[in-house]
Amino acid sequence: MSGITRPIIEPIAGLAARLRALTPARVGLGRTGVSVATHDLLDFQRCHALARDAVHAQLDAASLARTLGAIAGGSILRLHSAAQDRATFLQRPDLGRRLNEASRKLLEERARGGSCDLALIVADGLSALAVERHAAPLLEELLPRLRDWKLAPVCVAEQGRVAIGDEIGAALHAQIAVVLIGERPGLSSPDSLGAYITWEPRHGRTDAERNCISNIRGEGLSSVQAAAQLEVILCAARRLRLTGVALNKEARLLQEG
Amino acid sequence: MTFAHSISSRRYSFGSLRELLAKATPLRSGDVLAAIAAESAEERVAAQFALADLPLARFLEEQVVPYEEDEVTRLIVDTHDADAFAPVRSLTVGELRDWLLSDEATPERLAGLAAGLTPEMVAGVSKLMRVQDLIAAGAKIRVVTRFRTTVGLSGRLSARLQPNHPTDSPAGIAASILDGLLLGSGDAVIGINPAGDGVEVTAQLLRMIDALRERFSIPAQSCVLAHITTQMAALNRGAPIDLLFQSIAGTEAANRSFGVNLSLLGEAYEAGRALQRGALCADGQMGGNVMYFETGQGSALSANAHHDVDQQTLEARAYAVARRFQPMLVNTVVGFIGPEYLYDGKQILRAGLEDHFCGKLLGLPMGCDVCYTNHAEADQDDMDTLLTLLGVAGVNYIMGVPGADDVMLNYQSTSFHDALYLRRVLGLRPAPEFEAWMEGDGFGRLALEACHPERLLPA
Repeated sequence: MSGITRPIIEPIAGLAARLRALTPARVGLGRTGVSVATHDLLDFQRCHALARDAVHAQLDAASLARTLGAIAGGSILRLHSAAQDRATFLQRPDLGRRLNEASRKLLEERARGGSCDLALIVADGLSALAVERHAAPLLEELLPRLRDWKLAPVCVAEQGRVAIGDEIGAALHAQIAVVLIGERPGLSSPDSLGAYITWEPRHGRTDAERNCISNIRGEGLSSVQAAAQLEVILCAARRLRLTGVALNKEARLLQEG
Repeated sequence: MTFAHSISSRRYSFGSLRELLAKATPLRSGDVLAAIAAESAEERVAAQFALADLPLARFLEEQVVPYEEDEVTRLIVDTHDADAFAPVRSLTVGELRDWLLSDEATPERLAGLAAGLTPEMVAGVSKLMRVQDLIAAGAKIRVVTRFRTTVGLSGRLSARLQPNHPTDSPAGIAASILDGLLLGSGDAVIGINPAGDGVEVTAQLLRMIDALRERFSIPAQSCVLAHITTQMAALNRGAPIDLLFQSIAGTEAANRSFGVNLSLLGEAYEAGRALQRGALCADGQMGGNVMYFETGQGSALSANAHHDVDQQTLEARAYAVARRFQPMLVNTVVGFIGPEYLYDGKQILRAGLEDHFCGKLLGLPMGCDVCYTNHAEADQDDMDTLLTLLGVAGVNYIMGVPGADDVMLNYQSTSFHDALYLRRVLGLRPAPEFEAWMEGDGFGRLALEACHPERLLPA
């Protein structure tokens, strides 16, 4: 039997690098026969592994609450959605939008202090990794900008979706709720944090009634940038007494006006 | 009237056709979420027995969504072809499965049957079929469409080149188009999902592809998958529109949540046809199919517009909407919607094959976006399996995304390499016009220019 020849992995020399300079897409992959070369195959598997681990990671809520408590200088409310575990959370988005009974009671007790301007809620969503990496740095940048706001105790909600902030905000009699939540991991972004801002949070609010800042992570929007954008939206929401599509429209009118 | 079946002395009854279809559906998370799924495996199989004994004619008497409330139901009922239905009108649902798999059900007879079948009949029979049945029956049906290429011929597999970019950068999109063309993708369509929904961006991207197509004589059609009203606005401003795209669903309310209705789709269809941008195809026929639709199980439920009908039956109803407009391309985006509708690789696999079979039986040129999100219990092995089975089932086209990683929509689909793999292992070839181009001067010039991708951009 004769020896083997190593396959040519890059048919057009230099093309891959030129294509990749133009797009983050996986262009110019090495090819053997009609198949992807080993290195590129494993790079894909690596990215998928990170995304999968991020989806299934359990939020260390106790540790996060300690960290956030030190930043916010007060007690942190630890809450849990009606989805008891990850498998339920993934299949029953309706349960992830509601609090469980124990959390509801805890909020009722804590809400006797009267109304407040803003409730800040940190929820794991689809990436606990995003929350563990970016929630604390973001609050560190954000809280000093909110000195004249009356804040509810910061909440940490496990197995939570965005709309869980509606129930929490309503229970705390907050005028605005901000939910910092792990976004669905993409192949190149396992740790992206989102921030959703809702005026007069209450059950039944739709996504069209919220504003969103997305892609808060190392390679995306920095904590400083995100905090600055959040402050702008919060101040506009308080002034115009609304959020969502309507706020965007008002903002456009103001810019044009 | 109720439907019933007994298993080991326990009697199961089902109050309506809607309930019977839902309970007979193989398990998927979306029907559980909607609280309409069978409560046990035994109840599910009892429903399947009852469904198997149901006369097909019964589907013409009872609608799963009321006729008065829903224009999709009215479309289904009002366009039903009784003559085409005649050969099978005495059959039950179970007998229809037996007939579809019989040697008597030739491609010609199956094609003649399409207009006589309603989506609910087709969904019903698919619920009694195993994966190999869905493949065996699906593989018999060829639906061929034409624009500048001919898609759906026996022995052929096409690919939609999907060169998305997170910020719609024309240079970035051009780089992905180039990569895909050199790997033999794009014979179904070069179709961009734009990050924004602006008219100007849509027109700009269409002009870019058109210039590339003209310069290298590429037999391909383009599409920018913005909202249909955005594409119409671009068309009215003179943008070079080939195919007009829209996501559609199986109820009037779900379509409303997409911002469309039958009348609007009809306007788009007429406007697209009037442009007459199709070409003379390999068999001498002019290309005249101008619409491109995407669908997917679960979309009606996610819009809270499902009328307690199971997601697979509603998906088949979306095909009634599609076939009204003689589309060039229709594909289910099967795993995009997430695990609350299709939980894992097993559910996605079956759904993909159901959608392909139901679409083909209803007369549609079915492709499939073989795909998943990172929160679904699925991986590339699951996609390879579905991809291969769809190839065996004779799917018209799949997606070609660089490295299977869509960096704009953040999900995983199939790659240019996946299409090459499928062609190679199953002995399939690209669309004839595209195949001829790849062997000719235009492709050679493109390969030479490829070392300077920036030169491919319009000045």
